[in-house]
Amino acid sequence: MTDVLMDLPPDPILERRRVIQETASKKIGRRQLNSRILSGVFGLTLVLSLIPLVSVLATLIKRGVGVISWGFLTHDPIQPTLINQNAVGGIGNAMVGSLVVDGIAALVAVPLAILIGLYLAETESRTANFMRAITEIMTGLPSILLGVFAYIYIVLTMKAYSGFAAIVAITFLMVPVITKAAETAIRGVPHTLREAGLALGARNSKVSRGVILPVAAPGLITGVLLSLARAVGETAPILLVIGISGRTDWNPFHQMSALPLDIYQDSASGYASQQQEAWGIALVLVVAVLVLSLGSRFVAARMRREQR
Amino acid sequence: MSMTQDELNPTRDTEPITNGQSAVSTLTPPAMRLENVSVSFNGRTAVRDCTFNVASNRVTSLIGPSGSGKTTLLRSLNRLHDLTRSAKVEGKIMLGDIDIYGGSLPPTLLRSRIGMVFQRPNPFPTMSIYDNVVSGLRFNGIKKKALLDEAAESALISAALWDSVSSRLKAHGSTLSGGEQQRLCIARALAVEPEILLMDEPTSSLDPISTQRIEELMVELKNRVTIIIVTHNMQQAARVSDDCAFLLMGEDRAGELIEFGPTTKIFNDPSDPRTLDYIQGRFG
Ligand SMILES: Nc1ncnc2c1ncn2[C@@H]1O[C@H](COP(=O)(O)OP(=O)(O)OP(=O)(O)O)[C@@H](O)[C@H]1O
Ligand SMILES: [Mg+2]
Repeated sequence: MTDVLMDLPPDPILERRRVIQETASKKIGRRQLNSRILSGVFGLTLVLSLIPLVSVLATLIKRGVGVISWGFLTHDPIQPTLINQNAVGGIGNAMVGSLVVDGIAALVAVPLAILIGLYLAETESRTANFMRAITEIMTGLPSILLGVFAYIYIVLTMKAYSGFAAIVAITFLMVPVITKAAETAIRGVPHTLREAGLALGARNSKVSRGVILPVAAPGLITGVLLSLARAVGETAPILLVIGISGRTDWNPFHQMSALPLDIYQDSASGYASQQQEAWGIALVLVVAVLVLSLGSRFVAARMRREQR
Repeated sequence: MSMTQDELNPTRDTEPITNGQSAVSTLTPPAMRLENVSVSFNGRTAVRDCTFNVASNRVTSLIGPSGSGKTTLLRSLNRLHDLTRSAKVEGKIMLGDIDIYGGSLPPTLLRSRIGMVFQRPNPFPTMSIYDNVVSGLRFNGIKKKALLDEAAESALISAALWDSVSSRLKAHGSTLSGGEQQRLCIARALAVEPEILLMDEPTSSLDPISTQRIEELMVELKNRVTIIIVTHNMQQAARVSDDCAFLLMGEDRAGELIEFGPTTKIFNDPSDPRTLDYIQGRFG
C-alpha cells in the first residue's frame, strides 16, 4: 500500500504545504528573538519616559506635601513681611479663581465644541474642511497668543483685567481640543445607527442627540477631561489678562487669581515661605491633572464596557 | 418588461385573502406605486425603469443577483438616499396618492409611515430593550407613558419577543442574541405603526430557527402592514411573498426589472426565460 503511494508523483498541494510548514518553523526562532529584542527596547523607552515623570512627582511630593492642609487649600494668602517671614498662607483665592475660570470656560466650550464636532463629522463640504483646518491650527497655536488676543479684545475694550477675559482665552483653548476629540468619537459611531434612527422618522438632530452622542459619549468625555486637564495647568493664556487678586472672589468680572499663575508669582518671590507655597500649588495642580487624565480613561473604559 | 395591464390593475380580484400564499391582489388600492423609478450614483445608473404596484397587506419580494439594485431600490422607497449626496432618484413613487418625492410630505413623516429593518440587526447600543422599542415614538414626539407602554408591549408581542424579554425590559438590547436583536429591530419598526415595512435581507445573518420565526412573523403581520422584502433566498421568497419582482443587471451593469407578478406565477410559470434561469439557479 505504502509502496504504491511512494511511486505516485508528489501531490503539488502536499508539497507546498510541506514547504510552508518547514519555512514557518525555521522562521519562528528568528521571530521569537526579534520580539524579545523589541520588547526590551519598548521596556527601556517606557522606563526612560517614566524617569522625568517620577522624579518631578517625587520632588513635588517631597517639597510640597508639607504645606498642604485644609487651611492651605481654603484660606487666602498672607503677604509675608520682614517681621513675619515664614507665614505660609493659603491658596483659596487661586483655587476659586481656577474653578470659576475653567468651570465657566468648560460650560461654554463643551456644548459649542460638541456641536462643531457633530457638524464636522456629518458634513462633507468646503466649509467643513475649512473649519477643520482652523480647528487644527488653533490646537497647535502657542497658547500665549490666546492671551494676547483676550488682552486686545477684552482687557483693552473693557479697560479692566478680569477673570472674564481669562475665561474667553481658556474657552478658545478648550474648544479646538474638544472639537477634535468629538469629531473622532462621532465618526466612530456606525453609520447604520443613524440610518436606523432616520428610518424611524426621526429628525437628524434628534438622532444626533438620542443615538449618536450617547454612543460617542466615552470619547467625548475623554476629550472634555483631557482639555480640562490642559486648561487647569495653562498659565500663558491668562497671564496677561486676569490681573491679580489676593482675596477669594467668585465674581469673574473682577480680577482673579489662578493656580498656575500663583506658582509663577510665588516661585519668583525672595521669601522662602512663598517658594514653599509654590511647591504646594504645583503638587495640587499635578494631582488635579493626573486625576483628570486617569479619570477620563477610567470613565471611558467603564462606559465602553457598559455599552457592550 | 413583461407586465400585462391586468397585473398593474389594482382592482382585479374579489377573492378574500385567507392565507399567505394566495397570489392575487386585493380590492384595496395598492399601497405604493412605482413608475419608471431609476436610481443613480454620481451619474452611474444602479437600477432603472422599475414600474410595479405594491399591494396592500401583502408581502412583495424583490429578488435578483448581487448588485442588481435591490437594496438601492428599497432605500428609494423611504428616501434613505437623501443622505447620500451622489444619489439621484428619478421617476415617480406614490404612497397612496402622495408623490413621496413631490415635496408635499416631509421625509421624516414619510419614514414614520414606512418602517425599515436592515440586513444586520442594529439596535441602539446605549438603550435598554424597552427604550429601543419606543425610540421611534419618542423621536416622533410621543411622551405619554401609558401609550409608550402599550405600544411597546404590542410591538414586542407582534415580533414574537414579548415572552422572552417582558421580564428584562430594562436590560440592554445588545444582551440579546442576534436573532432576538433582529426581532427587537422589527418591534422597534412596528411600534411606530407603519403602513409599510421595508426589510432588506432581514434573515441573512440569522440561523435557520430565527429565520423561520421571522418568516412566520411576516405572514402574521400582513393584516397590520404591507411588507416589501429583499431576499437572496429563493425558498424564502416563495414561502412568504405574494408578489415578486425580479431584477437583473443589464448590459451596462445597471439593474432593471425583468419581471413582476404573483409569486406563484414567477416561480412556476415565468414569462421571461431569464427569470426561469435565475429561479432554477442557472446563473446569478
Ligand atoms: N452609496 C452608493 N454609492 C455608489 N454606488 C452605490 C451605492 N450604493 C449602491 N451602489 C451601487 O449600486 C449597485 C446596486 O447595489 P445594491 O446594493 O442595490 O445591490 P443589491 O441588489 O442589494 O446587491 P446585494 O444582493 O449584494 O445586496 C451596485 O453596483 C453598487 O455598487
Ligand atoms: Mg443589498
